[in-house]
Amino acid sequence: MSLVIDVATGAVRGGTSILFVALGETIAERAGVVNLGAEGSMLTGALAAYAVTAETGDPLLGAAAGAAAGALLALVHAVLVLSRGANQLANGLVVLFLGLGLTSLFGAAYVGRSITTFEPYAVPLLSDIPVLGPVLFDHDPLTYASYLVAPAMWWLLYRSRWGLALRAAGERPEVLRTYGRSPLLVRYLAVVAGGLLAGIGGAQLSTAYANAWFENMTAGRGFIAVSLVIFAAWHPLRAVAGAYLFGAALALSPALQARGIGLNQFVLDALPYLVTLIALVVLGRRRGNTAPESLAKVFDMTGRST
Amino acid sequence: MRRLLIPAAALALLAACSTNTGATPAAAEGSAPGAGSTKIGFIFVGPKDDYGYNQAAYQGSQAVAKAYPGLEVLTAENVPEDDNATRIMEGMIRKGAKIIFATSYGHKDPALKVAAAHPDVVVVQQGNIVDGTMPANFGTYFGTVYEPVYLAGIVAGKTTKTGKLGYVYAFPISQTLDNINAFELGAKSVNPQAKTYVVNTSNWCDPAKQAEAAKSLLAQGVDVISQHQDCTATVIRATEAAGAYSVGYHADASALAPKGWLTGSQWNWDPLYVKIVKTALDGRFSGSEFNANYRVGYKTGDNPFVQSPYGPAVGAETKALVDAAKARIGKDGSPFLGPVADQSGQVRIAAGTVPDYKTIEAIDYFVDGVVGKIPAS
Repeated sequence: MSLVIDVATGAVRGGTSILFVALGETIAERAGVVNLGAEGSMLTGALAAYAVTAETGDPLLGAAAGAAAGALLALVHAVLVLSRGANQLANGLVVLFLGLGLTSLFGAAYVGRSITTFEPYAVPLLSDIPVLGPVLFDHDPLTYASYLVAPAMWWLLYRSRWGLALRAAGERPEVLRTYGRSPLLVRYLAVVAGGLLAGIGGAQLSTAYANAWFENMTAGRGFIAVSLVIFAAWHPLRAVAGAYLFGAALALSPALQARGIGLNQFVLDALPYLVTLIALVVLGRRRGNTAPESLAKVFDMTGRST
Repeated sequence: MRRLLIPAAALALLAACSTNTGATPAAAEGSAPGAGSTKIGFIFVGPKDDYGYNQAAYQGSQAVAKAYPGLEVLTAENVPEDDNATRIMEGMIRKGAKIIFATSYGHKDPALKVAAAHPDVVVVQQGNIVDGTMPANFGTYFGTVYEPVYLAGIVAGKTTKTGKLGYVYAFPISQTLDNINAFELGAKSVNPQAKTYVVNTSNWCDPAKQAEAAKSLLAQGVDVISQHQDCTATVIRATEAAGAYSVGYHADASALAPKGWLTGSQWNWDPLYVKIVKTALDGRFSGSEFNANYRVGYKTGDNPFVQSPYGPAVGAETKALVDAAKARIGKDGSPFLGPVADQSGQVRIAAGTVPDYKTIEAIDYFVDGVVGKIPAS
């Protein structure tokens, strides 16, 4: 039982940063833009948050800086893809490497710097609930923020006019145009908002979870988030499940080891990726039709027949 | 876009040219390897300010620069343990370096390749071992890392209230196994109940994985955590935040754990690096003690791996125990003085035996008292 609680707690702890990125990517892809540079936004967010926290002593300011940095990098993607017609997939990778290079350059000064981090805060009463209390209500403020962002995003996407316009931009931009709204503007906003959330995800990683900055510390978590979006069929609440599933797979190995239980280490290390892969294969086939239609154009060149 | 591309291409061409003109023909054939070198190259697997292994090695390189102001010290950070290392070392040699320090365990094969291609260059490698014949211009060197770790284990064993110690490590290489075993042996020597729980991260520095590892251990009641990672801040911060005790590794990180810092092990490469450089510059490298698998410890003196300062939680009684153990090892002992049994209870080092470092570095098991399994497929 304690193993279940530990893994579940670890799932929330480790899944939150990925969740933010997945939510951000959901917005972008819902508007019809794939941003493989989400990993880059996450990484720049992680560094900006860490650096600003180091300079100001305020992790909240840091998180704001992380959000801004992530948004800025996504803006680069948006300009090149939306205004200059660059290939979305290729440009996403370019943006990723831009983020990797910039953070490597400017981050060197912050490796080993000490900062005031976000502290876990046990929510009174709620954290006393058996099982759910420790799993959900003994975390850092950014994790609590993610509890609000996911349902808020669901509401925005499916219950607000803004969300309708966003989804229209991803499905039938010409309809949106007929109504006198600019799909281009909507897409710009969506990509930048996506980068902003990815930046917050990075901030959570560097200033609330790992509490350190290190070159390429995201280590592929942003890419996992992008694949989770497909797994979640572009739905923000299912993205929550996906991110926590991945977090649980990550938390399982140390939780077992700390109990002296030795399973095959290499299988455990590969498990998070295997889980993601299997989920993609199984669910990808079933939900093939839920992809925003504009995305089909992006993926067409990969050989899928429409 | 096109307007941007042309200057970019021109720049790339320029860069290519400058590396070509930077190449100088190999100087004076036939002289002793490394002799009279005007430049020295250091490669590091990580960044030079990681609060850990690479920072210590970088500091050593700066000590060389200080000791020899006339020498130019070339450094390269984040050098992967593959053909990139070969390429970077070749680049340093082209620039005129005739002494190369390859400072990561996995740099051995690239370093051997470079040494074979350049008999006039001294290449020394930190931490690994060459089996069989040692090339005349090659050597490995290391401290006996497990000695101060054993002492830290004594402190951990005296401090723990739950009897559960934690160890976060990356890969089950011999150095790490020695450290974990020495830590447990030290703890057990003063506290027979002490057990060491191990969690690996399969990465020298993935802070998020470290955080999860530390938190998993803390959730199991572990109250002292040590580690063998290249970057150490994450684990120490998580341990301090939980009110548990930290044993450091690689660097003095007591500032990160003002309450829970016990002690640790840290590097001081300065004297050894300078000695190796001096020997090579004088043309005496081949056949010297450095032209071998050179190991130093409390017995020989000059151990580059020293004990970190104590934290406030360590009492006089514990310090006395550590001093006694240190004297014992320095006289004619070893943390691995037999009998040493493995996890199954089988005695692997017979009672009374003082194993040599080769035996110790060949240890491929956890000693009795370590809880966990060595990763294997």
